[in-house]
Amino acid sequence: MRKGTLKQILLITDGCSNQGEDPVAVASLAHQQGITINVIGILDDDHSEQDESLKEVEDIALSGGGVSQLVYKQALSQTVQSVTKQAMTQTMQGFVNRELEQILGKGQSLEDLEPEKRGEIMEVVEDMGETCDLEVLVLVDTSASMYDKLPTVKEALMDLSISLNARIGRNRFAIYRFPGKRKQIEKILDWSPALDTISSIFPKLTSGGVTPTGPAIREAMYLFSKKSLRRSFKYEDEQPGMEEA
Amino acid sequence: MKMNNQEWKKLNNDVRPGIKLRGKWHGKTYLIQKKLGAGAIGVVYLCEYNGKQAALKISDKRSSMTVEVNVLKSLGKVQGNRLGPYLLDVDDWISPQGSRYSFYVMEYLKGEPLITYIQRRGEAWIGVFMLQLLDALQELHQNGWVFGDLKVENLLVVSSPPKVRWVDVGGTTQIGRAIKEYTEFYDRGYWGLGSRKAEPSYDLFAFAMVFLQIYYPNKFVKEASPQKQLFRKIDGVKALSPYRAILKKAIISNYDTSEQMKKELLQVIYKLQRKNIQSTPGPVHQTHPPSVFVNIGGISILVIIYYVISLLFQ
Repeated sequence: MRKGTLKQILLITDGCSNQGEDPVAVASLAHQQGITINVIGILDDDHSEQDESLKEVEDIALSGGGVSQLVYKQALSQTVQSVTKQAMTQTMQGFVNRELEQILGKGQSLEDLEPEKRGEIMEVVEDMGETCDLEVLVLVDTSASMYDKLPTVKEALMDLSISLNARIGRNRFAIYRFPGKRKQIEKILDWSPALDTISSIFPKLTSGGVTPTGPAIREAMYLFSKKSLRRSFKYEDEQPGMEEA
Repeated sequence: MKMNNQEWKKLNNDVRPGIKLRGKWHGKTYLIQKKLGAGAIGVVYLCEYNGKQAALKISDKRSSMTVEVNVLKSLGKVQGNRLGPYLLDVDDWISPQGSRYSFYVMEYLKGEPLITYIQRRGEAWIGVFMLQLLDALQELHQNGWVFGDLKVENLLVVSSPPKVRWVDVGGTTQIGRAIKEYTEFYDRGYWGLGSRKAEPSYDLFAFAMVFLQIYYPNKFVKEASPQKQLFRKIDGVKALSPYRAILKKAIISNYDTSEQMKKELLQVIYKLQRKNIQSTPGPVHQTHPPSVFVNIGGISILVIIYYVISLLFQ
């Protein structure tokens, strides 16, 4: 059986959107198309976790079917990988719960089962998380206030690639920044299996004062539906061992 | 996934010393006595059931809890397992306010943190605990598991005879998979010295960092060339000098199994002992102040004695 591919958008930002459509609405649209949206809000040292300006972070992830976390930049690496993995488990559990509902009836979920059965099912969920293919499109906010956070974001993304590439399943990463110079979003790295080479290409400079989060998510969503990506995975299937070569 | 502030508040509000907790499925009632500690996903309490003390971990991260329980169960199946705590019960609890929690109950290990034990009892114990830990890791690895989140905070010394035990199995991962949970300081991926794939050498790196951490309690952050930095840190600790070469090999993932590492450790200890025997007799010795080697020789005899005792009591 060919295992499925999970699709995630990882949004890294430090503030509220201030241009274009409502990101929460776009996130829900993306979720309906099978894309999970995770959001990491970076706090400035003088911010607290109760900060209202980052309320949007939670809302986007909620309607995008993903996970959100507010974090000071020192803890970014660990958060990026744990949010991504948590969202994978959550998506898998979603699949499993829908199946369970069909068998056990409406409103029944994994957590309504007795602990022994729940344990057996969680083992399957873990297996799926370890072996499925994963595509992560990273969307980095490079508006002016992000300037001093970009080096940490770069480190965290390289770290994410170390974590995910320890899995049995395959990975694809792409990185985009927003706002772009002329477009809503601008490509930093095209789909590739690892992020250890981003050091030289990762932006050191910010790209403007506005934060068009909504339009950026919409663009990212379209990038997933491009056929070229599916072809790249198929190509590898026909030629196993390509990556080792 | 770590819990956020609000979730901590709610948990601390719902579960307090003095309350009785009745399991939804198995119906056992536990009296919560005091908080023992908090991990990434939940809180551990000392509790009482049928007049006996036990440790109870509770959290509303119910799927993460299920994963931990699965690991404890698999470890329980390992014959003669002396590695982690025994699992006694797994159940759910619904608080009077209607919040749903999962909890599990395990054997209560009464012990002293490794770090204070060594500080109090002296460095003669380093070799003892190194051997014990390598033994335990070897057993775990042979059964197809890697500990993952090996760190000073997860190691306890239980007494009579002194034996090192680990307490939190949240990071324990099947060999060949991605490490489930780790702490940056002990993670070779963070230091750029290897992958996060669960293999024995992952634990052995963390093992070396555990013994560094004992002598650098404030930890330290990564510099430009981590390998040189860690080697320098190892060289900077006199108490670790006999074990330098071994620890360095663990840092660069040079051992494929804990057995290889244990073999070399035993050789070091044996050699030190020989040196000690050769250098003690004769009047020459009295004219010199006792050398480092003599001290270490003494230590190594102690190490072997304690190690043999701990083997006998297994």
